[in-house]
Amino acid sequence: MSAGTVKVVTRVNGIEYEREVEPRLLLSDFLRGHLDLTGTRVGCEHGVCGACTVQVDGLPVRSCLMFAVQVNARDVSTVESLAAPDGTLHPLQQAFRDRHALQCGYCTAGILMTMSAFLADNPTPDEAAVREALSGNLCRCTGYQHIVDAVLDVAGSPQRERPE
Amino acid sequence: MKPASFRYVAPPTLEDALIAKAEYGDDAMFLAGGQSLVPAMNFRLSEPAVLIDINTITDLPPIHTDATTGELRLGARTRHRDLQYMPDIGAACPLLREAIVHVAHPQIRNRGTLCGNLSHADPASEMPAVMLALDARMRLASISGERWVAARDFFEGIYTTACREDEMLVEVAIPAAAPRSATCFLEVARRPGDFAMMGVAVAITLDTAGRCEDARLAYCGAGDTPVLATGAADILTGSVLTEDAIAAAAAQASREIAPLGSIHAGADYQRHLAGVLTRRAVPIAFRRVAGEIE
Repeated sequence: MSAGTVKVVTRVNGIEYEREVEPRLLLSDFLRGHLDLTGTRVGCEHGVCGACTVQVDGLPVRSCLMFAVQVNARDVSTVESLAAPDGTLHPLQQAFRDRHALQCGYCTAGILMTMSAFLADNPTPDEAAVREALSGNLCRCTGYQHIVDAVLDVAGSPQRERPE
Repeated sequence: MKPASFRYVAPPTLEDALIAKAEYGDDAMFLAGGQSLVPAMNFRLSEPAVLIDINTITDLPPIHTDATTGELRLGARTRHRDLQYMPDIGAACPLLREAIVHVAHPQIRNRGTLCGNLSHADPASEMPAVMLALDARMRLASISGERWVAARDFFEGIYTTACREDEMLVEVAIPAAAPRSATCFLEVARRPGDFAMMGVAVAITLDTAGRCEDARLAYCGAGDTPVLATGAADILTGSVLTEDAIAAAAAQASREIAPLGSIHAGADYQRHLAGVLTRRAVPIAFRRVAGEIE
């Protein structure tokens, strides 16, 4: 059945866009391919890896499991929204640098968008809460230790005890 | 892979959505949270010619408690996140509260809906088993009218429900808790958020003498559908909940389920888990009735 296109008017990182898209266009592909916002990665395309996580109306969601047409009249935030216009890193991004919380960086955007929202709702989490919040994002490189450390740093929470 | 092309319908009202579904029949599927449907479409396991987006509907009922029946009514827009963060969910339905944190991951719960999850009827999902334990009922609507189906009649087979071609699951009704009753949900999964290798939702009611008056033991990951272990419940009903009685019920439940086995857990291991979880969950529910624990 021929689909035609549908008009989408959406605000992404504070900027309003109006586009004509096929209904079947995934939000992840819309952001990357139509808006050139390539910070968001695509991993599994079935919702389990978390690389594609963005915020829609402030909530972390899988952009590979939404269609672009569904963000009509909605607010979308991607990893590109975290750093300040002058390039100053978001505190979470800075903590990721300081704590070596990324290697290949593929999972990082999804984790930043998950954990920035988590910290907004949970300013002083303990390690268990951080790990629970992180459980929807897979990382093959770091073993998660330094990611947890970076999040705890931003929260000002005590670091886990470990041998020096 | 990317999804196949489809026509996108964005109805403003429930009636518009039902008219569209009646018109397109099996060629159309409802798009609610999309957390089960869109993965299937991305794999092209599902290629609906038409998607009817229910997120644009403005007149679906909000979460509310029915003033007459005391039932907790959860409409088709209710996302798992809404249940998790409902201010009084711990009092209104502690079993839902206890189970919801096991459903997938936070990002999935932010979009996925309860009615969508029930309609998808994945046998490993937690919510279908929870609905069986709560003796919930489902309201199915079409342009011809509406009907109620009890949870025990709703789940017909793997990914198959009583929902007809022109119907939408628009609301779930959960009865108010009986006096002297309590619940418990437990599951075993390899990692938080994974599908359960086995899960149990228990609801027990005691009589004034402290004997079990009613028991509902529902299992997920236990076969083609969630399984209500009625034989196990019969062992408990009318009895004092001793360790022996619970062990007997647990053994019976292991025999009543028909787990499929998977790469994560063989069927025998799943049966073993069912027994273990039953022996843990029933005493927890019992102690909750007694007010000993929360």
